[in-house]
This record gives sequence, C-alpha cells and structure tokens, in this order.
Amino acid sequence: MKQERKRSNAPIFWALFGAGGMLSALFGPMLVFITGLAVPLGLLLPADTMSYPHMLAFARNWLGKGFIFAIIALFLWHAAHRIFHSLHDIGIHAGTGAKLICYGLAMLGTVLAAYALLAIGF
Amino acid sequence: MSKRRPYVRSMDGWWRKNPYFVEYMIHEGTALFVAAYAGILLTGLLRLAQGEAAWNAWLSALQNPWYICFHLLALAALTYHTYTWFKIMPRTMPPVIVGGQRLSAWAITGSGLAVATAACFGLLAVVWGMAR
Repeated sequence: MKQERKRSNAPIFWALFGAGGMLSALFGPMLVFITGLAVPLGLLLPADTMSYPHMLAFARNWLGKGFIFAIIALFLWHAAHRIFHSLHDIGIHAGTGAKLICYGLAMLGTVLAAYALLAIGF
Repeated sequence: MSKRRPYVRSMDGWWRKNPYFVEYMIHEGTALFVAAYAGILLTGLLRLAQGEAAWNAWLSALQNPWYICFHLLALAALTYHTYTWFKIMPRTMPPVIVGGQRLSAWAITGSGLAVATAACFGLLAVVWGMAR
C-alpha cells in the first residue's frame, strides 16, 4: 500500500523568517532612523518628508505599496518565528497554542496591511 | 499512596552562566523590537487609510519622548540584528565554492555588512530624493 508521506510545513515558516530577517538586516536600522527619529525630530530630512500627500502618493504607487507590504508582513513573520522558537529557551514549553498565537498574529498583521493598502487605493 | 516526585534540575537562568548564550539571547531578543516596530508601522498604515487627520495624529504621536526612546533602542537592536544576521550567515547558508576554495566566513560576513551599509544609505538617498 502506498502511503502519502506527510510533508512538514516548517520550510514555509523558515523561508518567511529568512526573508524578513534579510529585509530587516538590510533596511531595518535606516528605516527606524528615518521614521522614528529623523522625521519626528526634524533631523536631516525635509520637514514634509512623511506628510500626508507624500505618504498617500507613496502608498498609491505600486512599487511603494509592495515595499510597505513586504516590510510590515515580513518583519512580522520574522519576529513571530524567532519569538516562537525562543519560548523554549526561556522555559515555556511551546505547543500548538503558542504556534497559533505567534504565527496567527503575523497573519493578522499581514491581512490588516493588505486591507489598508487596498483601502488606500491605486 | 504517595506520588512519585522525581527530581527535575532547574533550568532557570541557564543562559546567564555562559557569555555565548547571553549573546544568543540578546540577538534572539532583537525580534521583540522588530515586532514592535512593525506594529508601529502597521498602525501608521491603518491611520493613513483612515485619512489626513488620523495620519497627522499618528505622526505627531511619534514625537512623544517615549516613542523617541523606543526608536533609539530599536535603532540599536536592529543594528545589532544586522550585525549578527551576517555574522551567523556563514553557518546558515550552504557553502559557497569559489575557484575550488570554500569562501571564508569572513568574506561572507564582510560582504553582507557592506551590502547592508549600501542598502541603508541607498534607502536614505532615495527617501531624500523623493522628499526634496
């Protein structure tokens, strides 16, 4: 009798973790500096860098949309995977429930980001 | 009847006894900042979809000293994440053979960090160019 071999879903989560880790390693520090420090404190960049018209135009451009979606979704999947696997290290025996919470929150964030980007329009 | 109570060695604070594991916990801990930062960006995106007033409220909230403090810590955490990401890369990617020789760990880490530096300043240049 031929038995269907059950394939692991781990490579999917690992790929998302890796993609998010790479993206945050490449752009993370500068993104935090721009959105969290330079713009709020008025350093270096023009005062209207993140003004409503600028950001709306950016989020309506397909390239900008893709960038925003990739940053938010992949950062969340990267963090969810890393936090899930660290639970064991801090003495929490993580099971299906913890997996559902970690990856579920990343999924929720991904859906919300997609919804907002679609609501903003093209 | 008495229950069996086998001795279970406590694992509390296991990682604090070895500098190697302290570093490990710190670099795994950067994920908390990545998650929080993604949450802040997601909130901003939702505010952007809600209109100009909501967006401006989010933007001015970022000037709050607590947010500035958080972003200073997040900047340190993400910079450290970049460093460790490329530091462990020689062990997380398949071996690269160049001219019959295995590419050295130093070459992989060094080029990764060079690419990340270029990506960061490239991003700053693009944002500066778009905002001007």
